[in-house]
Amino acid sequence: MTELLVGTRKGLFVLEGEPGGPFEVSARAFAGEPVEYALRDSRTGSVLASVTSAFYGPKVWYTDDPKGEWEQASGVALPEGGEGALERIWVIVAGEAGGTLYAGGDPGVLFESRDGGASWELNRGLWEHPSREFWQPGGGGLCLHSIATWPGDPDRLAVGISAAGVWLSDDGGATWRKGNEGLVAGYVPENTPPDQIGLCVHRLHRAPARPERLFMQFHGGVYRSDDAGETWTDIAAGLPSDFGFPLALDPGDPDSAFLIPLTADTDRVTSDSRVRVYETRDGGASWMARGSGLPQGHAYLTILREAFDWLGDGEALELYFGATSGDVFGSRDAGASWATVAIRLPPVLSVAAG
Amino acid sequence: MALVRLRGPLKRLAGDLSGHAVEGATVGELLRALERAHPATGGWILDERGIVRRHINVFVNGELGGVETAVAPEDRVDVLPAISGG
Repeated sequence: MTELLVGTRKGLFVLEGEPGGPFEVSARAFAGEPVEYALRDSRTGSVLASVTSAFYGPKVWYTDDPKGEWEQASGVALPEGGEGALERIWVIVAGEAGGTLYAGGDPGVLFESRDGGASWELNRGLWEHPSREFWQPGGGGLCLHSIATWPGDPDRLAVGISAAGVWLSDDGGATWRKGNEGLVAGYVPENTPPDQIGLCVHRLHRAPARPERLFMQFHGGVYRSDDAGETWTDIAAGLPSDFGFPLALDPGDPDSAFLIPLTADTDRVTSDSRVRVYETRDGGASWMARGSGLPQGHAYLTILREAFDWLGDGEALELYFGATSGDVFGSRDAGASWATVAIRLPPVLSVAAG
Repeated sequence: MALVRLRGPLKRLAGDLSGHAVEGATVGELLRALERAHPATGGWILDERGIVRRHINVFVNGELGGVETAVAPEDRVDVLPAISGG
């Protein structure tokens, strides 16, 4: 049995089912509220959810049972009396140290919890970084949406911020430096000074079997880094479009990545009006379309950056993604074939498999 | 003391009471005093800057106000979600 936590514009949906077929909705929480992201921490079984009420602002909630009562986490806010307010939490990720979790949000902020998500602290190193005044928001805000931990080493972190680029830390988040060499922003003039370029990272993941390797979907570009995010190489050749949002990996194969290209930044629907997942097994040297079982005619779907996740590895790798159409699709054979998991949900913002 | 009236989740967070007698000379002072009396309401009405959240309206005796609106001891302050959403 696989569990999917599907964050939507109108609540959190818990889907359960056998891989390869339709899933049942086993619970809905936060009805009517946008649930940006939800995660079940496999170490504790707790579920954490980021909810952005249009009225009452962003909150993080946690529970042992998503069908039951939820508790509001404390500390998910910017310093009081400042010029900014937290807009939303985009993503929650389990850390390497026991009980540690990270949450990324807008405006380009990182929070850390050391008690399984009950209380959180703002990461001051990133919040007070001297370059912050030059950071620019992307279309979705100044969102810290990707947090890449390093297996076995809690000190090494990489985060992706739209549109403030990649930031790296080797001291558990005390200090941060840029990791953007090789990224090309095609949406600004060539002679724009580097410190004035807003680097619009869309999604970032680390290959756990080779932690110095990262893959990135950029705003017009797909990149790979083999030096822990210091430098980046364009690997978009062979894709129908270099624009898209989500990215998935096979954790057992550091040469693997899965993308869902969209037509262009001016037409953010699945390319060629077909839904296809593109797979590489050679680090991005070549890409193969995987569409068996996915809509292949007049299908204009938008898949957001947090709405693509995986479970397991190798031939048994399960892949799941949800679209703003409210459809969720899944594969139980590493993308070779796909099935519809759910239809007619509210617009899907995120998918987390567990 | 002015009377602050809450509904829905705000009422629930404030001890499941809709009416709260609170000290303060302005709406902002009242809402901060409410947060001190009921910490669970912290961050729900005022954001980190001390500004009333964009889609919450505060009415003083039926008239729309803001954090700096003056409040007298006999005034009634209603905190309501705005008509918005999608």
